[in-house]
Amino acid sequence: MSSRRDFIKISALGFGATAVLASVAKFGVGSPIEEMLGLSSENLPSFRRFPTYCEVCFWKCAGWAYVTETGNIQKIIGNPDDPQCNGRLCPRGTGGVGMYNDKDRLKKPLIRFTNNGEQTYREASWDEALEFVSNKMKEIASKYGPESMALFNHGSSGHYFTHLLNAYGSGNITAPSYAQCRGPREAGFEATFGDAVGSPEATDIRDARCLVLIGSHIGENMHNGQIQEMSDAIDKGAVIITVDPRLSTAASKSKYWLPIKPATDIALLMSWIHVLIYENLYNKDYVEKYAEGFNELKEHVKNMTPEWAYGVTTIEPDIIRATAREMADAAPSALVHPGRHVTWYGDDVQRSRAIAILNALLGSWGQRGGFFFKEGFKLPEYPHPPYPSPNWSWKETMNGQFPLAKMSVTNTIIDASIPEKGKEHIIRGWIVSGTNLPIAMPLKAQLMRALQALELIVVVDTMPMEITGFADVVLPECTYLERYDDLRDSPHREPSIALRMPAVEPSYETKPAWWIAKQIGEKLGLSAYFDYKDYKDVLDWQLKQVGSSLEEMQRIGVKRLKRTKGPLYIPEGEVHKFNTPSGKIQLHSKELADAGFDAIPVYTPHPEPPEGFYRLIYGRAPMHTFSRTANNPNLVALMPENSVWVNPTIAKQWGLKSDQKVWLKNQDGVISTFSIKVRITERIRWDSVYMVHGFGHHYKPLKNAYGRGVNDTEMITNVMVDPIMGGTGMRGNFITFIKEDPRKEMQS
Amino acid sequence: MRYAMAIDTRKCVGCSDCVVACQTENDVPIGFCRDWVTETVDGSYPNVVIELRSERCNHCDYSPCVRCCPTGASHIEDGGIVLVTKSKCIGCGACIQSCPYEARYSHPDGYVDKCTFCIHRVRKGEKPACVAVCPTKCMYFGDLDDENSEVSTILKNRKFKALAPEAGTQPHIYYLV
Repeated sequence: MSSRRDFIKISALGFGATAVLASVAKFGVGSPIEEMLGLSSENLPSFRRFPTYCEVCFWKCAGWAYVTETGNIQKIIGNPDDPQCNGRLCPRGTGGVGMYNDKDRLKKPLIRFTNNGEQTYREASWDEALEFVSNKMKEIASKYGPESMALFNHGSSGHYFTHLLNAYGSGNITAPSYAQCRGPREAGFEATFGDAVGSPEATDIRDARCLVLIGSHIGENMHNGQIQEMSDAIDKGAVIITVDPRLSTAASKSKYWLPIKPATDIALLMSWIHVLIYENLYNKDYVEKYAEGFNELKEHVKNMTPEWAYGVTTIEPDIIRATAREMADAAPSALVHPGRHVTWYGDDVQRSRAIAILNALLGSWGQRGGFFFKEGFKLPEYPHPPYPSPNWSWKETMNGQFPLAKMSVTNTIIDASIPEKGKEHIIRGWIVSGTNLPIAMPLKAQLMRALQALELIVVVDTMPMEITGFADVVLPECTYLERYDDLRDSPHREPSIALRMPAVEPSYETKPAWWIAKQIGEKLGLSAYFDYKDYKDVLDWQLKQVGSSLEEMQRIGVKRLKRTKGPLYIPEGEVHKFNTPSGKIQLHSKELADAGFDAIPVYTPHPEPPEGFYRLIYGRAPMHTFSRTANNPNLVALMPENSVWVNPTIAKQWGLKSDQKVWLKNQDGVISTFSIKVRITERIRWDSVYMVHGFGHHYKPLKNAYGRGVNDTEMITNVMVDPIMGGTGMRGNFITFIKEDPRKEMQS
Repeated sequence: MRYAMAIDTRKCVGCSDCVVACQTENDVPIGFCRDWVTETVDGSYPNVVIELRSERCNHCDYSPCVRCCPTGASHIEDGGIVLVTKSKCIGCGACIQSCPYEARYSHPDGYVDKCTFCIHRVRKGEKPACVAVCPTKCMYFGDLDDENSEVSTILKNRKFKALAPEAGTQPHIYYLV
């Protein structure tokens, strides 16, 4: 081992912005220590606390917001009764207060207008803005039919607009969290076990004796419950095997790090399957009892030996065998984690299938230390008239493609929003809630054509994001700390419900999304669907149906309930029926074969970077959630921008220095809008570069985030679409470095 | 009584939650921090190891910051906690210079600020904010003089190190390796 060493302070003293918070009153008469600290009992702030659940990411951890007498939100602390966070929020949840304090928040409704030939926004009253939206929606419904309105959403607010559009007559509800993220995994596991993985994942990490991570960087993705359980597993001595071209944080905690050549994961997975079968290591009882297609699988992987896989993946055969044996030793408490963001190379359903098959051979589904059976609590739906039946919906926008898509595919909705001859189903208006499409979506050219063609774009958000700049109407939403929302009823080991209530009144002229949707609904003549004064009436009604009340939930925040739908794991001696048509695990998938796809996964080589180019790999940082936290003052202070990770050998070839600013160019000649700092590190392969997603904002109202780093999706112009469910594979893009400002060159 | 902290580098993921929790608990202005995270990388690809560490004041037995303080603002409290009395601090910054751990900063209000082990919480029987929030539960806090305390127990059972032992300050943040 060489003695190379680099030393980086991730969050150092005096780092980042220098804004100063108002300091709490100090000094007075108290005990000596508190006086020294300026925390006299007299002036020590006394708090009121309000239950909430976090909206900084989709994990939705429940906590308490502590409010001072002067109405400041001082801190947010996890609720110890919450099974999803166990009293410990992650840095984003702890820093959620920055979302509320952000000076750049949307403050008033805005309407686009043209002033002297130049488009700009003017402030409007709520009534005017909502009147504008409802009039436009009425016009679209009468001209094209209500099906021509679509909703793009992420997070809690999506539910109210889904309800609004369903009542209005459209089923075109979509979210990037499917086709840009976890969709292939859901399709792959569904085709194998009959059940999607869902969120939060029913992975029994805390009891796993062997945990396998494939491109899943737990610890950098801060999915709270999973981090906590990985820590428990480390304490219990679990063997962790991490497959990643980059030494991720999780890889650094692993007994085995397999530094795989990117895009070859299926070959590794199939060779593991080969070893389990041909060394007789698989869980025979489980497979005989529950699986179908074993003989076909055995025949299929006959030649997929570790030696074959070595040539493809660069992982040595001995290591492939040793890791397969580790899994078998731990089985059925061996968990091959399904990952979350899995849209990589366009054959992602098949890779997810290979992961599912591997789990099946280990017998981990329905077993302690594998996958448990999660259970949620079904709250009764607040009564409303039945929804009208749309004449067409998102399925029709796929034109017969993507047969295994169980949810709508954003890319086809975007494509359907570009009016072209021969298109039967065209979308004319969008409501966008809580998702920043210009940063979330690859394929900017397609998105831009849609944004230009649409007759109505309504954006509902707390922050001015890139998508806001395309809106006809901007509706400022209050943050999660200022509103009631639906009860959280995410399924887990045991069912629970969590309440979010306002800790403070909404700032500026912001409003909760439920109110916005209700107002639009009433103006559209859909009042019968919004038969309540305040959303707390809905919550109280729901809670009373199940023997609780709003008053109780305000007191406790989280209510844990008993399981009623069977045990957590398959009980010994019982035979489990899987949700597949035959009731058995599909090692060989007839469903896929019938749809014209490989019934068992096949490794296909993917293009490699041309000379002087490097594969663009992107991921997460624990202190940020996609692009939505990039302006949060508390979190910006921890990580103000992303950097591009470059292997020292490559840096030397290019003469790059640490922290040097470079511009990036991809294989299609696209040059990054901004520069990015180079991080020279041994943690990344020489054929790849890495950056954290969510930076490089180009929208000036985001004062903390504007121009900081590079937006990875800007560089993703080659998208490999998964033919099975429409996922957009984004890891087939190659970038090179530009050392001088390319725009300066163009100007001169 | 001797307070100390042990931090498990095998579990820490460097998420910096400890930094944010400290800021919101102790009103640390944005842009400053009493605790922070470091990462060291050793080796070359693919034989690389990294260590992530949550760092803060080491509450040393032989504290250069206390020795060099001209006003007595920096001092050692019961339990070995190094504290700054704000009203006595003139903000000269000598302590900042003397600390081998760079654990102190000049607060915009004109005094020097640092980790207090959240003594205001500890006195109520709570854990320091960073320890309480950590999603990986990698931090252990308690009294070294109590051999049954969480921190004593873990130090008995695990290998550990301290930072910059050569400075001779007798630091009391231990890193489990």
